[in-house]
Amino acid sequence: MTVTPQGSDTDQNASSQTAANLPQPALRLHWELDRVWRNDRGLRGQLRAVNHSTVGLRFMCTSLIFFGIGGILAMLIRTQLATREGAFLDTELYNQIFTMHGTIMMFLFAIPMLEGLAMYLLPKMLGTRDMAFPRLSSFGYWCFLFGGLILLVAMFAGVAPRDGWFMYTPLSSSAYSPGINADVWLLGVTFVEISALAAAVEITVTILRMRAPGMKLTDMPLFVWYILGAAAMMLAGFPPLIAGSVLLEMERAFDWPFFDPERGGDPLLWQHLFWLFGHPEVYIIFLPAAGVISTIIPVLSRTRILGYGAIVASILGLVFLSFGLWVHHMFTVGIPHMALAFFSAASLLVAVPTAVQVFAWIGTMWKGRPQLQLPMLYILGFFFTFVMGGLTGVMLAIVPFNWQVHDTAFVTAHLHYVLIGGFVFPMMAGLTYWLPMITGRQRIKGIGELAFWTILIGFHGTFFIMHLTGLIGMPRRIDVYPDNPEWGLLNLVSSVFGFIMTIGFALFALGAILQAWLGKRTARDPWKAPTLDWAMALPPPSYNFASLPGPAITGMEDAGKAALPLARGEGMLPGAPRGRREVLVTSVGEARMEHVAILPSNTAVPLFLAAAVGVFVLLMLFGLYHAALVSLMPVLWLVWRWARNMVSQSAIPPVHVAPGVLLPVHYDCPNTLTSTGLRCFLFANGTFFASLVFGLAFLSLVSPGPPPPEPAGTFAARAVIIMFGLLALVLASVVPGRLLQKVPSRAVTGRLVLFSLAANLITLLAAGGLALWQMEDPTVHARGAVQAALLGYVCLHVFISGVFSAFVLDQNRRGEVSADRLGALRHWKLWQAFTMAIAVLSSAVIFAQGVSI
Amino acid sequence: MVSLVKRAGSVSVPLLVVSACSSPLSALNPAGPAADAISILWWIFLIGAGVLTLFVMCLIAISFGGPRQVSERRWTVGLGVGFSLVILSGLLVSGIAVGERLLPKEDAIVVHAHARQWSWTFSQPGPGGVWVETERDLHIPAGQPVDVRVTSGDVIHSFWVPRLAGKIDAIPGRENVLRIEADRPGIYEGRCAEFCGLGYSGHRFRVIAHSLDDWPESIPLIPAEEAE
Repeated sequence: MTVTPQGSDTDQNASSQTAANLPQPALRLHWELDRVWRNDRGLRGQLRAVNHSTVGLRFMCTSLIFFGIGGILAMLIRTQLATREGAFLDTELYNQIFTMHGTIMMFLFAIPMLEGLAMYLLPKMLGTRDMAFPRLSSFGYWCFLFGGLILLVAMFAGVAPRDGWFMYTPLSSSAYSPGINADVWLLGVTFVEISALAAAVEITVTILRMRAPGMKLTDMPLFVWYILGAAAMMLAGFPPLIAGSVLLEMERAFDWPFFDPERGGDPLLWQHLFWLFGHPEVYIIFLPAAGVISTIIPVLSRTRILGYGAIVASILGLVFLSFGLWVHHMFTVGIPHMALAFFSAASLLVAVPTAVQVFAWIGTMWKGRPQLQLPMLYILGFFFTFVMGGLTGVMLAIVPFNWQVHDTAFVTAHLHYVLIGGFVFPMMAGLTYWLPMITGRQRIKGIGELAFWTILIGFHGTFFIMHLTGLIGMPRRIDVYPDNPEWGLLNLVSSVFGFIMTIGFALFALGAILQAWLGKRTARDPWKAPTLDWAMALPPPSYNFASLPGPAITGMEDAGKAALPLARGEGMLPGAPRGRREVLVTSVGEARMEHVAILPSNTAVPLFLAAAVGVFVLLMLFGLYHAALVSLMPVLWLVWRWARNMVSQSAIPPVHVAPGVLLPVHYDCPNTLTSTGLRCFLFANGTFFASLVFGLAFLSLVSPGPPPPEPAGTFAARAVIIMFGLLALVLASVVPGRLLQKVPSRAVTGRLVLFSLAANLITLLAAGGLALWQMEDPTVHARGAVQAALLGYVCLHVFISGVFSAFVLDQNRRGEVSADRLGALRHWKLWQAFTMAIAVLSSAVIFAQGVSI
Repeated sequence: MVSLVKRAGSVSVPLLVVSACSSPLSALNPAGPAADAISILWWIFLIGAGVLTLFVMCLIAISFGGPRQVSERRWTVGLGVGFSLVILSGLLVSGIAVGERLLPKEDAIVVHAHARQWSWTFSQPGPGGVWVETERDLHIPAGQPVDVRVTSGDVIHSFWVPRLAGKIDAIPGRENVLRIEADRPGIYEGRCAEFCGLGYSGHRFRVIAHSLDDWPESIPLIPAEEAE
């Protein structure tokens, strides 16, 4: 790779014609940039940090601490199971501990770990200086931390969730789980999921819009493809879980019977929503790990990856297929056998793209000369473990076999083979590979190898025989087995090796700490890697690149060579001469330069906002619902502050990014990072809406429960109110579109926006009337409850549309809206259109239900 | 604890496997046609998985021999798609075939199993349409298919007698059917197999299969065609 822009004559990309910037003293550039990009000093500075390296590391460190806590819980479980009578924990505590073990490992370790890794590496690999939404990174971290702390505090207070990490209803309903244990799970995990959604949005936008100019989608490092696949899956996969959690929390809090079979609800609805998330989740976890493997294998085999195209195709295949096989977690719930056969086939089919990747990796090793360095050891551990886990997964996809081993220790063994094999081993490979970058130091030889062998032996000793334990009848989640002496020895062996594995992980942690503390300084680009993340000093400076890699990135040969010219400012957008955090925004497919985005600087608003949301969550947890409603006021105020923070008061001149290349600043551009981000969020939001509609359809068409009561009010009255509300919403929605065509005078604009605000409020009034006089009591029957939930969802969106219009009104009052400075108009229009769409669809659904009785 | 460790030293591994397989809740110790078919599936899977794991590990070991000319298509399309599709198709067909065979089809004796936290009540129709209930023990005739209609009175449970068949969930608001059959008279351990709260570990029951000669007098026996 070279950064000297030497565009070929045939290249149509105008940006590649640009000349290089003149070299400057690297140290001066460093001071100039670091002053702008670094975190503020002291504790206050840490709380205000938004930098992707800082936040990414924070995500990883925190998630590793949670991994340690989850591991200790696992050891408590193994101690309890080592003997038949297990007089170590009582059943109540044991149930809390295995629930927390699963919950912590899934939601507080795996997902945040991959978010942190992606956040830390992506801007470096893509050749930019930060993620698209630095404040969102920071907000996501605080949500993760606060949500995780709620779960931890609950555990130490003895009120941790205890219904298993998939929280099946009715066991988790208020009738069988009184107390706040289940609420801790529902609210705490949902709070944490805010960070997953935030990360998914900004990862997608960063990959699509912030790649180095000229780095086409098809030129991206495979790691980036994998992360893009995982982020897309998070956008579609987390909303069903959040929807399910919200519904279950509403059932527990307000007695809306979504899952109560006596009142038209259905416990299976929870299982469908949960596994609609839960199965993609497995691939969300696996994809980034596979990205790490695809990165390390060619580097340590001194060759290029074999079958780049085939791997990208199999990533896309996994993304789509993995949403079609959630039912394989539900083979024993009584679904007709032919339907099961379909899901069985889909579950087997998903093994094909996985096999393509595995064989492409092995083929790469054949092609090159693999070196048995430490990361490669962990990769071998991955192969050995994951192949077996994949094969037991294939067995579990076969319906009759599943009927026997479902919910036994066989499944426990399988899922640990897949998750430790398919995630933990690759992550340890990744950590050993990137620790020289993160710490700037070399590792201490020996400890890593010792840790690897201890973990590998401990792992297989624990879980290999657990397959047999399950086959001879031991279910998961039991705490004692006095009548089954034949399970005793197997469990004892598993427990002993479990402790060996734990020692291995402790050694790994020790090795990492020693490396950061005592390791020798590492040279630049120690692995001779081809990706841009190594084209910088180690550890990476706060701004990553003193100048951004230009369009002449053709091959991916050696990142180390690019480091020097970039540090001397020969790339694009050198230094920070304007004292702002500037990055390049490029087009989605070809990565043509479009404009310069100014990113926000250090701020504590994300921390305050997460704290405000935390207050809301706690009030909900303690059943103070009115106070919780009031606590949304500070949330709203902080969101407003957040948005105002980045409004530009005056026109900003275009920026020279290279000789002859003048780019506008994002305020004057139609297709900003925020636009792309809002679209991504609306996609996730649409999935949430689809989950609600799926719930309604499932309850009406599939569930056996009692028929709903006659709806209140009359059909005609209902129709009139709904049509009136929709009409008002149409009028509200017309305004932003009209303003975008041509911005009239300030006074006229103000009147139009005010009109739209009023129309939105009238829609809310109509919805209120509908709820008061024309809807069923939501506590009587599940159908009424889902309809009410839909209405509430629409109202929330109308309300936010109103807030958007109020924000634009305020901008107009300040003179920030004009023909070439559109402010929040575009985003308002997008939101208002989405609101319109869900309002129309919800009305149609409610009408269809009214007709069907 | 000490005695367990001592035993660990003295019992050789094959013996351990054999004794383990013959345990009362073992799916590898089948005593009925459904469990039998599934256990045969398992032994085939085990051999297949062993061979495949060995194959992949060999491929990896060979890769350390030094750089080679490799054909991308052979690895991704040939091994990745072709090879895996052939194996998976075979698996799918065998799985569906076995699954279809285990479904309740022709008439069978019908009994009801009702799960609660934490007990099992079984009922079967007696003479004159009177239902006869038994707690914890389900009595069935040996050598005859029996359809168990499984329901729940509170949370989700699961009906599982590993030596006779797979499991089926007991879900409130629904009735699920599982066909079981015991080849020979005997006592077959069963248990709840879906986590159901504090009493889960002890949520067990038994299926007692009798030959028609010594059928207990307290339990009425109604042939399938009359029960329908």
